[in-house]
Amino acid sequence: MARLPRVIRALFEPMLAITLSLIVLTALLAVSGYSVSAALTALWHGAFGSWSVIASGTLVRATPLLFAGLAVTVAFRAGILNIGAEGQLLAGAAAATAVSVTISPTLGIAGVALALVVGGAAGGMWAGIAAVLRQRFGVLEVISTIMLNVIMLHLTGLLVRGPLQEGTGTFPQSALIDPALRLPRIFPGTRLHVGVALAVLSALGLAWVLRHTAQGFRLRMTGANPRAAASAGGIGVARVAMSAFIASGAIAGLGGAVEVTGVTFALYENLSPGYGYTAIAVALLARLNPMAAIGSAVVFGALEAGAAAMQREAEVPAGMVGVAEACVILVLLASEWIGARAGRWSTLFRGGPPSKHVSELSPTSDQP
Amino acid sequence: MGIPSGTNRAVNTPAPRLALTGISRRFGNVTALDGASLTAARGEVHALLGENGAGKSSLMKIAFGLDQPDAGTIELDGQRTVLRTPREAMARGIGMVQQHFALVDALTVSENVALGSGGRLDLAATANTIRRLSAASGLPLDPDARVSTLAVGAQQRLEIIKALARNAEVLILDEPTAVLVPAEARELLNWTRRFADAGGTVILIAHKLREILSIADRVTVLRRGTTVLTASASDVTEQLLADAMLGATRSAPPMRSMAAPRAAAGTPTITLVNVAANDPSGVERLTNASLSVNSGEIVGIAAIEGAGQRELLRVIAGRLEPTRGTVTIPEVVGFVPEDRQRDAIVLDATLTENLALRGADRRRGLMPWQSLSSTTSDMLRVHDVRAVDTRATIRTLSGGNQQKFVVGRELADSPLALVVENPTRGLDIRATAAVHAALRTARDAGTAVVVYSSDLDEVLLLSDRVLVVAAGAVRDAGSDRDAIGLAMLDASR
Amino acid sequence: MSALADFLDASVRSATPLLLAAIGETVSERSGVINVGLEGTIIVGCLAGLAAATIVGPTAALAAAGIAGLLLALIFAIIAIWLGAEQIIAGTAITMMGLGLTGTLYRVLYGDAGAALSAPTMAPIGVPLLQDLPLIGGAFFRQPLPTYLAIALVPAVWWWLNRTHSGLAIRATGENPAAARASGISPRRVQTAGALFGGLCGGLAGGTLVLAQVGTFAEGMSAGRGFIAIAIVALGRWSPVGAAIAALFFGMASALQFLFQSLELKLPYQVFLALPYALTLLALAFARGRYRAPAALGARIGTADIT
Repeated sequence: MARLPRVIRALFEPMLAITLSLIVLTALLAVSGYSVSAALTALWHGAFGSWSVIASGTLVRATPLLFAGLAVTVAFRAGILNIGAEGQLLAGAAAATAVSVTISPTLGIAGVALALVVGGAAGGMWAGIAAVLRQRFGVLEVISTIMLNVIMLHLTGLLVRGPLQEGTGTFPQSALIDPALRLPRIFPGTRLHVGVALAVLSALGLAWVLRHTAQGFRLRMTGANPRAAASAGGIGVARVAMSAFIASGAIAGLGGAVEVTGVTFALYENLSPGYGYTAIAVALLARLNPMAAIGSAVVFGALEAGAAAMQREAEVPAGMVGVAEACVILVLLASEWIGARAGRWSTLFRGGPPSKHVSELSPTSDQP
Repeated sequence: MGIPSGTNRAVNTPAPRLALTGISRRFGNVTALDGASLTAARGEVHALLGENGAGKSSLMKIAFGLDQPDAGTIELDGQRTVLRTPREAMARGIGMVQQHFALVDALTVSENVALGSGGRLDLAATANTIRRLSAASGLPLDPDARVSTLAVGAQQRLEIIKALARNAEVLILDEPTAVLVPAEARELLNWTRRFADAGGTVILIAHKLREILSIADRVTVLRRGTTVLTASASDVTEQLLADAMLGATRSAPPMRSMAAPRAAAGTPTITLVNVAANDPSGVERLTNASLSVNSGEIVGIAAIEGAGQRELLRVIAGRLEPTRGTVTIPEVVGFVPEDRQRDAIVLDATLTENLALRGADRRRGLMPWQSLSSTTSDMLRVHDVRAVDTRATIRTLSGGNQQKFVVGRELADSPLALVVENPTRGLDIRATAAVHAALRTARDAGTAVVVYSSDLDEVLLLSDRVLVVAAGAVRDAGSDRDAIGLAMLDASR
Repeated sequence: MSALADFLDASVRSATPLLLAAIGETVSERSGVINVGLEGTIIVGCLAGLAAATIVGPTAALAAAGIAGLLLALIFAIIAIWLGAEQIIAGTAITMMGLGLTGTLYRVLYGDAGAALSAPTMAPIGVPLLQDLPLIGGAFFRQPLPTYLAIALVPAVWWWLNRTHSGLAIRATGENPAAARASGISPRRVQTAGALFGGLCGGLAGGTLVLAQVGTFAEGMSAGRGFIAIAIVALGRWSPVGAAIAALFFGMASALQFLFQSLELKLPYQVFLALPYALTLLALAFARGRYRAPAALGARIGTADIT
């Protein structure tokens, strides 16, 4: 009796957002003169059509989204508006590629691990630039991270035409990573790789850290009310925020490293179709809860995989899905207001005190 | 105009300047006003009294168009009106000085006065208007000064001039004397008298009964959103007003003057020698402070805004690094800052998490949520904090319970020293009594307590000894109220 | 013409759309609204400009671009100002929406694979005498209409913000919405007006890009200009004059590649693409302490304080 409303409460807004966004998508398709049924059928086939599609399409796409979504989650919960997951992910991908094409293939799985660690470190360092600019020079992180995204995009372009270009020097991409230095596949015959498990483990680990460790507690308090955290808790909020910013970049960087060692096996300019931006929608749909981000990443992974199929089979531009994703964010933002206003809804869906020590189901104050 | 339209008035008296009748207002499940009424005539200083949360500010916000009633009527000179926005209220001659000033710090005095008025923006003309009003009312003000550079008293004068520049005839002042030193407060009250004598109407929200009775013509008392008393000031006594405010079952603490100095039995717990400290913008507010506080005593700090007490308290609490001097304080000092929602608690965190906040910097490894939760339950019981359970967010608590929580948390591990800043601001009489009791209990248990309140009477009531902070230095001005008041003003202007 | 004159001309060309967008964003931010959706507004202006130009010609199309930007900003205003959502996130969604919408509509309207559709562009208008000035004549006095519009907006917006009641209301709202409200101003309306003006200018910036410079549309052709404009606002310390200087600075950084090419310095072009961003970051870092954002920038207005 008491449990059911809580589940409904937690799922209500995300379901509303997804439903409304699909309605918008349908309307857009209809207005644009596409066959709605053909397009939506293609979307469904591309996302959930068969086990191999789920594994090779949806889940493979969901992996970088989950990493980037967790990166956004960490930053937002610490009160840092990191819009730079895109650049940090690319930094991780570039660094991991550089390692993978340099080291000896005989290193095998140890080499993969090295590439992932270096990728995470690179992402962290790229975020670190913005963190230092914020801390020492008072530059808004929103502006600096967006700038750094663009810089990293061009830097990647430079790398794949210069130092990291493949041997023949014809294509703007790096050499292929040796099969021995790639992430192992989970199921033969699909593209599903071990990175998926790493992403899920990261989500579980992050949830645990936030809920049960002193560091996680300090991070949440800093994000929710930095003044009180500093004054009442003696927390060094600047240091906590800075670490969270760098950790956020490292998670995104790890996602980039997983992407090159698990999926693309090479670095090229358009490696990320905007994973770092979609990640904001992933994190918000999950209400900044790392565990919920797993489901949220799958939803967006399905949407992106389905969009690719929609473009292939029904010739619907994939940009349509970008509109749907934007709608998810906007509806979520609007539903916060609706939830706060409608008295009946508030008693139905928001009433009663939160049930956990960590107010993760409804982290209103630390949710930007 | 002047045509009697109500049935509750004698036929020959002119219609009141402002009449609020049967005003009700609900916010969600909370009833702020329940049929409240107030009438004020021309030439009248009308005092509006009530406990915190009785609905005084809610009612006046409705009179100023900042909020709309769910039921009830507003009449001006007998004409029924609807005030949808402050603009409409101002157009009908109503002005309001809110408790928290509505000024834009980054703009000049002239710009603040010009803000929101129509026509062509002519700041030179506005400055002239300010000078003229300033001379006529005896409220000095520099039109070209930036608001961020003005002292609190000048900001209040600006608020009044702003209202006068809009030709306000009905002036609502929400606790205007709370932020002023006694001399300034007296000056302001005298001005309201002159304003009323010239045909204006003043509605004064206030707490200090003696102050009210000395100046007001009539009083209205609100209790739980309802008008419980309207009378001529000459017909009531302080006791009668207090009874009306609190109801029959009141359990207010007995008023007493400053306690007799206790034997200095304790040992020095806090020692400051020639300490200086800067405010956040780098201005040296505390220039040369020396003091010593013993265990088992409450030392009160009396000061006007910006005298350096804010920095002094934070230095004593270990929250601010001094720029000069020697500071000897215990390793752990409890601190109750004045803005609890901003500086002391995390509104959307649970009670347990808010308790765990204290000492969060020293914690390593895992959070022991189980034991923290039971510590929290114990603390809630000891300090009588009313909450559903320890998993509720602190947002769901009333202001008084939030403050009791903060005081209880800061006292939870029996610190050697406790620093408290405006501990009862915004609290009702019962919560105030509870907080005072907690401070005295801590004192009796041997804690060295430093209390600052902008309300001098509260300082005198609580303290064993009073120190005055003026112009960045600390001095002992004895225990006489007037002498302390003079010392507070000294060298600050 | 000398290489330096070419360099200046290219600088002003790069700076024009940035200045238009930054001027609008300055007004918006002074009212307390930061609109990261500016990038989306610009690209919507691009497509609207192209679509309208094929029907009504370039000058009227510029107006259409402005209106398109205004409409997208209206969505932002509803979510961020009237529903009180976090501005940065709402803005990010608006950018995603603008980019997705234009990509889709372009293919819907003009077929797949983006048949290189070109629109008539505006010819430069020379100012008599002044255009013959050495070095700066071409850069400042022989430019298409939008450049003059952008330049004219600088003093106009300065006057608006500092010499009118509505400008005072905008500044007061950005600093302290509650105080503005108590003075009889509706902060929501002021902020909505600020955001819509920002959208209008963003749309004009997009229109300028297509109608006065490129002559066609490409997916994602706004290429981060909206984000740059936001940086320019901060760099220009929230003043229109500052924005003009910062925009020109950025334009020069972008135009460096032409100068370097003429000097026959061989550097990969990605360096030139990234350089303006890096320089802007550096400039922001060193402008520290000398500028201050409006106090209530990005803040949600409390529900109790608004109408």
